[in-house]
Amino acid sequence: MKYLPLLWRNLMRRKIRTTFTFLSIAVAFFLFGLLMAIRTGFGVGIELAGQKRLLTVHKMSMIQPLPFRYLAQIQSTPGVRFATHMTWFGGVYQDPKNFFANMAVDPEGILRIYPEFVVDDDDRRRWASTRTGALIGRKLAARFGWKLGDRIPIQPTFFRPKDGKPDTFEFEVVGIYRGATPDIDETQLFFHYKYLMERTGDPGTVGWYAVEVDDPARADEIAHAIDRQFANSPAETKTATEKAFMQSFANQIGDTGAILTAIAAVVFFVILLIAGNTMAQSVRERTSELGVLKTVGFTDLTVMALVLGEAVLLACSAGVVGLALVTLAVPGFAKAVETFLPIFYVPGRSIALGLGLALLLGLASGGVPAYLAQRLSIVEALRKR
Amino acid sequence: MTDALVQVSDVHKVYTRGAERVDVLKGLELEVRRGEFLALMGPSGSGKTTLLNLIGGLDKPTSGRVTVGGRDLTRASSRDLARWRAQHVGFIFQFYNLLPVLTAARNVELPLLLTGLSRAERRKHVATALELVGLTDRAGHYPMQLSGGQEQRVGIARAIVNDPTLLLCDEPTGDLDRQTAGEILDLIGELNRRYEKTVIMVTHDPLAAERAGRILHMDKGTLVEAQAA
Repeated sequence: MKYLPLLWRNLMRRKIRTTFTFLSIAVAFFLFGLLMAIRTGFGVGIELAGQKRLLTVHKMSMIQPLPFRYLAQIQSTPGVRFATHMTWFGGVYQDPKNFFANMAVDPEGILRIYPEFVVDDDDRRRWASTRTGALIGRKLAARFGWKLGDRIPIQPTFFRPKDGKPDTFEFEVVGIYRGATPDIDETQLFFHYKYLMERTGDPGTVGWYAVEVDDPARADEIAHAIDRQFANSPAETKTATEKAFMQSFANQIGDTGAILTAIAAVVFFVILLIAGNTMAQSVRERTSELGVLKTVGFTDLTVMALVLGEAVLLACSAGVVGLALVTLAVPGFAKAVETFLPIFYVPGRSIALGLGLALLLGLASGGVPAYLAQRLSIVEALRKR
Repeated sequence: MTDALVQVSDVHKVYTRGAERVDVLKGLELEVRRGEFLALMGPSGSGKTTLLNLIGGLDKPTSGRVTVGGRDLTRASSRDLARWRAQHVGFIFQFYNLLPVLTAARNVELPLLLTGLSRAERRKHVATALELVGLTDRAGHYPMQLSGGQEQRVGIARAIVNDPTLLLCDEPTGDLDRQTAGEILDLIGELNRRYEKTVIMVTHDPLAAERAGRILHMDKGTLVEAQAA
């Protein structure tokens, strides 16, 4: 700590240069935080999707419906603990740009198979007993200002009511769920499958099945067993773990993680060059001062540590500022992108990684100048004035 | 000679620049008594500063032996020499060599950072050193806010703050006007007489050399003449 004023004064020797370098590093870490938030947004489903849950979809395409009667067969498959069905509704609230996921489900089944959706007891009771009820995520409620008891009109896009009433489906908000962890999507709307059937007169199809297995180690075996039951039928199935589905879905838009990592790597490499150049210049400019420090008794290692300390202080302070700013800014960004990325935040482990990278950046950018300072001959240094 | 603080025995110093070999010191012999004030004179390139660097443990001879206070500097590691300098030697430079980003007090405090002294103790030592050189009121000033003479006083305060045995002065008045140079030499003389510091001073200035108890002349790497001041 006693060397801190010396480190600080040396950094402030060229205020403009240090400020620009500081800003470059801070912006890089801000960008890093954003990239990590985007990466989390794309990957969180994959991370969270358990190996314990399987999804059974139509073999041809996920948008092809499956017969409702498959549910009983799937549930009786050895190794299956529980199964429920879900149907994509694709409804629109007021304007198509107000996109959010809305699905017809079995009201008990959805909460049993996704225990990460936390619902209060009162809401749970209302949700189970209200035929036209909707269970909505906390963020979705906040987005449109919906509260319990509100009636919300949703315009269907491909389901057409055949009950003679207006096309619009009107739901009553009977429950608001929250995620058990920050990674859980809180922007969805669920409503009763039976209500959908009543209004559309659908012959009894669902979008897909969510299946919970007893033993995740046997997931593949059970998936094959499910698919075998429907082989050579008009609606053959494809069953895989939820994680595999999420991964395959994410892969359709490219290996996001790899792309974002590559961008972050390039940014950090450029910043390393900038910070390294700053430190090298800074040391070159005060060769004689380093000689003086050694003359009055600073050892070679202490001088090296001082130069390294400067680089680390610069990189870490800028890194902390960049990461702090992105943490503050992310909620704002999250609102702007929640239609596309419902989960958008900088995870704690990314902050920790960022701090580690800041330290590494400091050590890497100060490494060579510190080594040269350590090797500096006092006599040679004192000659340079 | 008895009670020698510094003993330089058959010291050679050779620099090589590419294929060129430069013999800076040639078998030099010297003894400096404890409490002595010695002036080293001679033309540029005669090896005065090189000799001072060897006595201060800033450099090592190509051959021969340099002993200060019974310690053989030629055998000490770079780390040991650094620690030894911090405790036993104070350096005063021609161009003061203060760190421009630090105040006078912070510059004086530098050698104390290497000790185990607390912040309060360091401040006390710094205040004492600055008072001794008459710069108490300039403690918070940066080098660029001080005159040449004041800068050199800060340099002297830094040199003595650790209470060293030996003061090595390389042209301490070379960058000062006559009057200021006189004041600085008075100060160095007082440190020698009153505080019994052993002083070795390199200078071109005969008037400065006259302040010393003994003057040695160097030329082409050897001591050519000795005289009492």
